[in-house]
Amino acid sequence: MSNILEISAVNLSFGGLKALDDVNLTVKEGTVHAIIGPNGAGKSTLLNSIIGKLTIDSGSIQFNGKSMLGVQPHEINQLGISRVFQTPEIYSDLTLLENMMIPLLAHRDGAFKLNLWSRGDQQRDILDKAQHFLDDMNLWIKRDVIAGSLSRGDKRRLELAMCLSQEPKLLLLDEPTAGMARADTNNTIDLLKTIAGRGITMAIIEHDMHVVFSLAERISVLAQGHVIVEGLPEEIKGDPRVKEAYLGGAEV
Amino acid sequence: MAKSTITPRSDLILFLGFTAVVLLMPLWLQPLGAAYPDLMQKFAIFGLFAIGFNILFGQTGYLSFGHAAFIGVGSYATVWVFKLMTMNVIPAMIFGVLVSGVFALVIGFVCLRRTGIYFSILTLALAQMSYNLAYSVLTPITNGETGLQLTTKDPRFLDAVMETGSGIPPTNVFGIEMSAWDGLFGFYFCAAFLILGFYISIRITRSSFGSMLRGIKTNQTRMMYTGLNTKPYKLAAFVISGMYAGLAGSLMAAVDPLAGAERMQWTASGEVVLMTILGGIGTLVGPVIGAAVIKYAENIFSAIDKSVLIDLFSFMPDAIGSGLAAVTSLFVGKGWHLTLGILFMLVVIYLPGGIMEGIERIKRRFFAKDHANNDA
Repeated sequence: MSNILEISAVNLSFGGLKALDDVNLTVKEGTVHAIIGPNGAGKSTLLNSIIGKLTIDSGSIQFNGKSMLGVQPHEINQLGISRVFQTPEIYSDLTLLENMMIPLLAHRDGAFKLNLWSRGDQQRDILDKAQHFLDDMNLWIKRDVIAGSLSRGDKRRLELAMCLSQEPKLLLLDEPTAGMARADTNNTIDLLKTIAGRGITMAIIEHDMHVVFSLAERISVLAQGHVIVEGLPEEIKGDPRVKEAYLGGAEV
Repeated sequence: MAKSTITPRSDLILFLGFTAVVLLMPLWLQPLGAAYPDLMQKFAIFGLFAIGFNILFGQTGYLSFGHAAFIGVGSYATVWVFKLMTMNVIPAMIFGVLVSGVFALVIGFVCLRRTGIYFSILTLALAQMSYNLAYSVLTPITNGETGLQLTTKDPRFLDAVMETGSGIPPTNVFGIEMSAWDGLFGFYFCAAFLILGFYISIRITRSSFGSMLRGIKTNQTRMMYTGLNTKPYKLAAFVISGMYAGLAGSLMAAVDPLAGAERMQWTASGEVVLMTILGGIGTLVGPVIGAAVIKYAENIFSAIDKSVLIDLFSFMPDAIGSGLAAVTSLFVGKGWHLTLGILFMLVVIYLPGGIMEGIERIKRRFFAKDHANNDA
């Protein structure tokens, strides 16, 4: 399997704070890769560097062999990286159908278009795809509902549908089950398993170990901006360094 | 489950209804005392201004506090064509709209680097700067305080070829004077542009382009990570909106061929914000209604003075009548701003969606009744 994402020797400081300290991480195509670590370990910072929200000080980030440095966030998305946020980022004032139309139109047209005679909701291909991806999440029935009124779980599903509709090669998820009830969490795990089954590569940041060990095929542990261990789930489970990172060296 | 009610058919009905209401203004405004061309022209011009403003504010979520600058630029550019080329308003207006479009491109490019309150302050600052420049440094172009006016010495190269009349010829459309048909021609000329502007605004709202604008308004973060460069969309919305304002300014010059810097003042920019909020932010018809209500109040309420009120209450006993007249006179005449202020406060507090929300609520109540009747 080839490497879809290669992060090597990445450094990033905020003033005096070293948020990312010589980070090396490789995500293999078609796998689910979890990035875990205590609060403030630099997980979200790493994700933000990948999608171009933050500019790293040194090192390289390569996606499918192409450097992502200096590439605009929207261009990174066009290359095939989609991101699911900790708090679902959806268009809360618009209907579910409109929410779907924006990423679909963006994916199809790519660049700026000013055609006043093309109605998004009258185009067969866009509508079909919107139906397909909303159906996928059991949301088609709610297509005329304003997205802001959805439950947390439904918002997450809508965001996933929006990201998947762009046919990403790599899906980044930032604590996809944060703030969810147990039942919702389990539903989300099943959903992510289904998505992984379709061969979409995923990198997940997660606190909930139940979620991590249900999904991940490979785990990297980040502590104080540095990858301290990387390996298979069973290797990580017993590693003393992981315990120390989480518990600060206290005797267990 | 609610079915989507917005279809090309419903839009066509909306457009035809709007057209009919606008074209029949001289009839239905009669009982309201507003059916004179001068005021109806204002309804059309400011309606157009508010529609354009709403594309930026209501659809894209960018509150500009300097939109009157584009009115001013449109007016000046139009009057200059009158002075130099011809009194035919068509080429003059085309030039006015183009110049304000270019001006909007520059201002938009600068201001759209920021969002929210910073964007608003930037537009306000640039508009005030334009206003002050028009008064001072740019006097050769704007004729400063006096305002840009037509004179008999103007060259009017194109007209000069055709005829050699004396005095300043009136503005016209290929020979038909603006004041033709007892002034109604001027109104219908403006109304035609209002209807065209309304049509374009429907197209923008329903197009994929409009979807993108609403996406920008609702969630820029998601938009950025959706593979879209938002900058050209924001800039396009800004320029379109600036061109609407420029067209409004051109129409002002077309019906009354002079241009003054006061058109660019911040109060004028603030007025269009009020119109849009009063009518209903982000709605299609709302801004036009808001513009009409404010212009109606400005022209009708301000014309009522105490003697009119005393006449009105003359059927009552003297003491009560004059008392009532004294109280109500605070709200009319010079005090019309007080009425407008109270109206504005009531709308913002009780109907945040503006007059359109009020209409929507009434409609819903009636529809609910229909359902009840059907069930019975």
